[in-house]
Amino acid sequence: MVSLGDYLLVSGMLFAIGFAGVLLRRNLIVIFMSLELMLNAANLSLVAFSRFRVDATGAPNYHGQVFVFFIITVAAAEVAVGLAIIVALYRARRTTHVEDVNALKF
Amino acid sequence: MPRDKRRAVNPGSDASQLFLLTRHSSLVTLTMPFFFWFFAIMMLVFGLAVIINRNPVASALSLVVSFLGLAALFITLGAFFIGIIQVLVYAGAVMVLFLFIIMLLDLRAEERRRTNFVAFTGGLLVALIFFLQVYLVIGHVRGADSPFPSMPVPRPDDVHRVGLLLFGSYNLPFQIIGVLLLVATVGVIVLSKRELR
Repeated sequence: MVSLGDYLLVSGMLFAIGFAGVLLRRNLIVIFMSLELMLNAANLSLVAFSRFRVDATGAPNYHGQVFVFFIITVAAAEVAVGLAIIVALYRARRTTHVEDVNALKF
Repeated sequence: MPRDKRRAVNPGSDASQLFLLTRHSSLVTLTMPFFFWFFAIMMLVFGLAVIINRNPVASALSLVVSFLGLAALFITLGAFFIGIIQVLVYAGAVMVLFLFIIMLLDLRAEERRRTNFVAFTGGLLVALIFFLQVYLVIGHVRGADSPFPSMPVPRPDDVHRVGLLLFGSYNLPFQIIGVLLLVATVGVIVLSKRELR
């Protein structure tokens, strides 16, 4: 039978994949997609915990799912703003490559 | 209600319904690990494809498949509402936005630049150490290796339950989220309206 630890492990793997993407990739849009992967990995563990905490009537703890609802909403707003910033950057610099954006580099 | 009428006509159907329900739930218990591992591996493989692909369009499409696997995992956990929202918001809205921006910017596959070897191995090492740490912590979570507690009946009413919480005890955060969405909309329009100088 699938246990809570399996879900947490899969969630941790997805988070690590997203983390590696943010660290290794140099394309801003792909970095943004990796951020989405990390957010959703957190969502998976929240839903798994919500299912694990079954109350006396046999219903899962819905507070975790409400949290996931909020996270999805904030992530959608974040994607919209972030992509608008990437478009503005592309207009100014003609690039989406992080190594070409080095105005603040010491 | 036709269902009540049927039950009144055939009093023996209760027992057979119960039998069907238990048979159904044992079927669910048997097939659950298969579905879990199938969708988990699908999600992880396509998640890896997101960061391995050099073409941003292929990355975005892999992200869609990865999120569909994640939505299926939500449904294996009984979170039907969250699963549907995941498909609608991510596969529907966010991915269209990503693909639209990629095509608007006319990004071709990244040309192979010389990668900084030290930075690459460093990044990979940090991610691996992070995963190792998560793995070790999960071993210490109380009840992590015990199976999920069983739910006596399948609960398709989770939209109702989540809605009650959302408009009850989470009413203020819900309205703040509405304001956040408004601010994000205005911000996006301002950002994309004129050239930044």
